[in-house]
Amino acid sequence: MNQQALSIVLFLLFVAATLGVTYWASKHTRTAADFYAGGRSFSGVQNGLAIGGDYMSAASFLGIAGMIALYGYDGFLYSIGFLVAWLVALLLVAELMRNSGKFTMADVLAFRMSPRPVRTAAGVSTITVSIFYLLAQMVGAGALVGLLLGIEGEAAKAGTIVVVGLLMIVYVVFGGMKGTTWVQIIKAVLLMGGAGLITLLVLGKYGFNLSGLMGTAAEQSGQADAFLQPGLRYGTEEQGLAGKLDLISLGLALVLGTAGLPHILIRFYTVPNAKEARKSVNWGIGLIGVFYLFTLVLGFGAAALVGSDAIREQNAAGNTAAPQLAQAVGEMILGEIGGTVLLAVISAVAFATILAVVAGLTLASSSSFAHDLYAHVFKRGQVTERQEMVVARIAAFVIGIVSIGLGILAQGLNVAFLVALAFAVAASGNLPAILYSLFWKRFNTTGAVSAIYGGLISAVVLVIFSPVGSGKPTSLFPDANFAWFPLENPGIVSIPLGFLCGYLGTILSKEYNAQKFAEIEVRSLTGAGAEKAISH
Amino acid sequence: MTTRHQERTIYEQVQASPRFQELRKKFRSWTFPMTIAFLAWYLLYVLLSGFARDFMAAKVLGNINVAMIFGLLQFVSTFLIAWAYSRHAAAKLDPLAEELRNEVEGKNS
Repeated sequence: MNQQALSIVLFLLFVAATLGVTYWASKHTRTAADFYAGGRSFSGVQNGLAIGGDYMSAASFLGIAGMIALYGYDGFLYSIGFLVAWLVALLLVAELMRNSGKFTMADVLAFRMSPRPVRTAAGVSTITVSIFYLLAQMVGAGALVGLLLGIEGEAAKAGTIVVVGLLMIVYVVFGGMKGTTWVQIIKAVLLMGGAGLITLLVLGKYGFNLSGLMGTAAEQSGQADAFLQPGLRYGTEEQGLAGKLDLISLGLALVLGTAGLPHILIRFYTVPNAKEARKSVNWGIGLIGVFYLFTLVLGFGAAALVGSDAIREQNAAGNTAAPQLAQAVGEMILGEIGGTVLLAVISAVAFATILAVVAGLTLASSSSFAHDLYAHVFKRGQVTERQEMVVARIAAFVIGIVSIGLGILAQGLNVAFLVALAFAVAASGNLPAILYSLFWKRFNTTGAVSAIYGGLISAVVLVIFSPVGSGKPTSLFPDANFAWFPLENPGIVSIPLGFLCGYLGTILSKEYNAQKFAEIEVRSLTGAGAEKAISH
Repeated sequence: MTTRHQERTIYEQVQASPRFQELRKKFRSWTFPMTIAFLAWYLLYVLLSGFARDFMAAKVLGNINVAMIFGLLQFVSTFLIAWAYSRHAAAKLDPLAEELRNEVEGKNS
């Protein structure tokens, strides 16, 4: 059996297992709390694994390993922001959100505000951030799967996007949060297992001597010691000061964005109480931290054992570095069959990774549409649970179909920036609104709406008018030039602006509700009146 | 003044209580400075990566340079802070929170 066939078999096994789980979950999804929050009955460890499965995207696994393989140290630098960010979630957000919210981010933001404008803003922001992230994953999936399966052409890419999209629709529509969580748990185990195995093989090959591995990687890269130092990818010396500010801007968005990502925030509602939420974030931090240490070894391993020319030949961005490495170490240690098997395993893990992440994003955006926009804004809360769930499922279907369509249309475009943009919007709009809601007594409706729209709009507008939008061969519109903002990452401007908008909006409006603040403050810190887990 | 007192919700009463003030202080006095500290520590790392490249390039042990050590220390500090917070929360915050939660839920039902 050749590698492609084996990859497809393994992938079909994963699909069969996850569809089985989805079928089980559909039988156990009766109430809105089941659909949106998995009945709040996942343990801290389970949710910790699901957090890992939700967060470690193909962009993390293949993208960071590839970036390290091609640019060395800067890929590692990139990964660190994604990890440190979890401390913001752990210390300031996870437990308090679990205690005071119900199904969506907006539950906390709208708690003491005028509900319709705040839910509208939070819903718009949630759907925007999730769609950006989703689109990046879908386009990536199309390009990647073609490469791994050796199928060429636009039709194969489009076909992959359709398959990925349909599967994620099935997971979310039928399985809801329970199905999605189990898909993420299975994926996290497979990803950690697969990445861990290759890491061990690479380290074993270098006698567990990191310095030796780094030395060979630097030598093979042709960059010598520069490969082991910051500056080949971000803030290169040719880019001057703007490049370095861009690096800081990116770092800020990464470290502050995670705790404002809607698909991450809704994970905190799936556990019975704040203590389990804390435990799940601790498990998430452990998994994600170890995973980025794996990618460090994978990236240097690919540079050393595959070589940058061979990687660039397959994919200019280095996205195939990890699978190529799997094949190379497999061959070195276990012969040709070993290479074939490991490549097939890692390819199948990459599919699983993509599916678990897109399912989480679809769930977050459809939950917000149904619970925030439909139930509270359009219907002013006059809906039954059943109606809300029907709308959530229809929304998941529509969002899935739309993202399949957009994914196919965006095939030729360079959409890799969308992940960083999703983090920037989350850090600029959502995070200020969340932190002010939880900690600032005076905060009010105008403040919340100003923070969300101020952060969202400024981040998006700055990116459109940056070199990402136009003026460079790699831009979205390479033939036009309307760029006036010099940085590719808007965070350094849009994050302070989001906080400032929230502050100004608040003090310029007299409204505030001391009684409701007392309620959210006491509830968030003590867990009094928190939503309970349900058991069937 | 008495009518105002009677109008106060259970949440306002608990919020004004010394026990809750203690909980809030124990929560904020740990998490707020620590958040500033780890953000500053991360920002320092990013700034050094951008502006102090000669320093970051200095080799310490074999091919392992200051940049690599700094990066790995970010992992270490993240794990340590998560562990320390969980200890702090379990020892200082959880018992108080539970006591106050029972008080609110007891009076509410």
